Amino acid sequence: MIQAASVLAAEENNPLIPHTFELVVGIFSFAVVMIFLGKVLTPRIQKTLAERTEAIEGGLERAEQAQQEAQQVLDEYKAQQKAAALEASNERRKAEEQGAQIIAQAKEQAQVEARRIVENAKAQIEAERQQALQSLRAEIGALSVELAGRVVGESLEDSARQSRVVDRFLEELEERARTQEQITS
Amino acid sequence: MNAQTVLASSGDEFKAPGPELFEFPPLFAGGPEWLTKPVVFAVFGSLVVVVFFWSAFANPKLVPRGVQNLGEVGYMFVRDQIGRPFLGKNTDQWMPLLMSVFFLIWIWNIFAVVPIIQFPIASHIAFPAVLAASVYFIKIYLGIKHQGPVKYFTNMIPSGLPLPVYFLLVPIEYLSTFILAPFTHAVRLFANMFAGHTILAFFSLVGFWFLFEKPTVAGFSVGIIGVLVTIVMTAFELLIQFLQAFLFTMLAAMYIQSGLHAEH
Repeated sequence: MIQAASVLAAEENNPLIPHTFELVVGIFSFAVVMIFLGKVLTPRIQKTLAERTEAIEGGLERAEQAQQEAQQVLDEYKAQQKAAALEASNERRKAEEQGAQIIAQAKEQAQVEARRIVENAKAQIEAERQQALQSLRAEIGALSVELAGRVVGESLEDSARQSRVVDRFLEELEERARTQEQITS
Repeated sequence: MNAQTVLASSGDEFKAPGPELFEFPPLFAGGPEWLTKPVVFAVFGSLVVVVFFWSAFANPKLVPRGVQNLGEVGYMFVRDQIGRPFLGKNTDQWMPLLMSVFFLIWIWNIFAVVPIIQFPIASHIAFPAVLAASVYFIKIYLGIKHQGPVKYFTNMIPSGLPLPVYFLLVPIEYLSTFILAPFTHAVRLFANMFAGHTILAFFSLVGFWFLFEKPTVAGFSVGIIGVLVTIVMTAFELLIQFLQAFLFTMLAAMYIQSGLHAEH
């Protein structure tokens, strides 16, 4: 009797047969979780995670950009420095060239001046020599004529004749001197 | 429950706990028949899940703090271990369902070892059945929507086999997909929790019976063994609880994917 009742009870509570009210409660519980966790909260965390990914990726991108900018600035700076160094060396070379030029010019000028002075001196000497020669020629002529007149005893006062004789004599003298010069040179 | 245990229950002898472990009267005398302990804690479990995730994700920050960290660990686990391996790029869309299923089942299972509650909600078939049925209807709805009302049913049959094979294959395939799959989906969880609860109840009763109820010199060592095994089995149950929640959710993801895309 007891046994039969308990078997009946066990059949009523077969663990594989769901209670209807538990099905309802199960649906209710699942619905509550689906509405709050599923529909409200999960999209929120998904949004936040997406934003975080974006923020991290954006941060990395910004860091990379900053690094690129820094590199660019460094390159520019280096290029500027190089240009400045080049310019400085150019300036120095130019200055050296200019200095050399100035020295050369000064030298040349000095040489020209020296040459001019020498030439002037030469010309002056030549002129003085000519002058001296001129006066010497006249004096020598008179002296030699006088000497010759005295020697031959013949008056050679006639000036025309006198000068002709003297000139001839002098020319001969000059001729002699020139040939002598040619020989020596 | 057999005759032997019924007889034993009246005497002073130890009686192993049976299916009556899973039978609950109304909470208070004269209360409605449906207001039982499993019902109360089933709803309580859903509230625990909602409250926990509300405190974690109600106002999520880019830099997580406190509970949000923990909630994110849970989310990442479901997404990376359950969602992505099966659903791939469809994962995000199905995360609400997977999150709800996984954490509701897990907390229901954990109730098995929470003092005072000490009852796995899923050991009542109705609760896993509701979840398995939801997944089942979603699977068929997705199959018809994404593959077409005819193609969904033909896609699951591989082509190019000799004709006689189909007489065997078609019934097996339909039986497995439309009847056995949802049934085993629910029963696997139910049976694990049912068995686990029975084992825990048995060994804790052994300990309680031989150490407190009827302490004898001979029974003392048996009682000690009962307590030790209860502790070990509790640890083991914690693993099973997690594993079954994981497996149930994983199968849900697999079924959803089978609806979204033909397997063959």
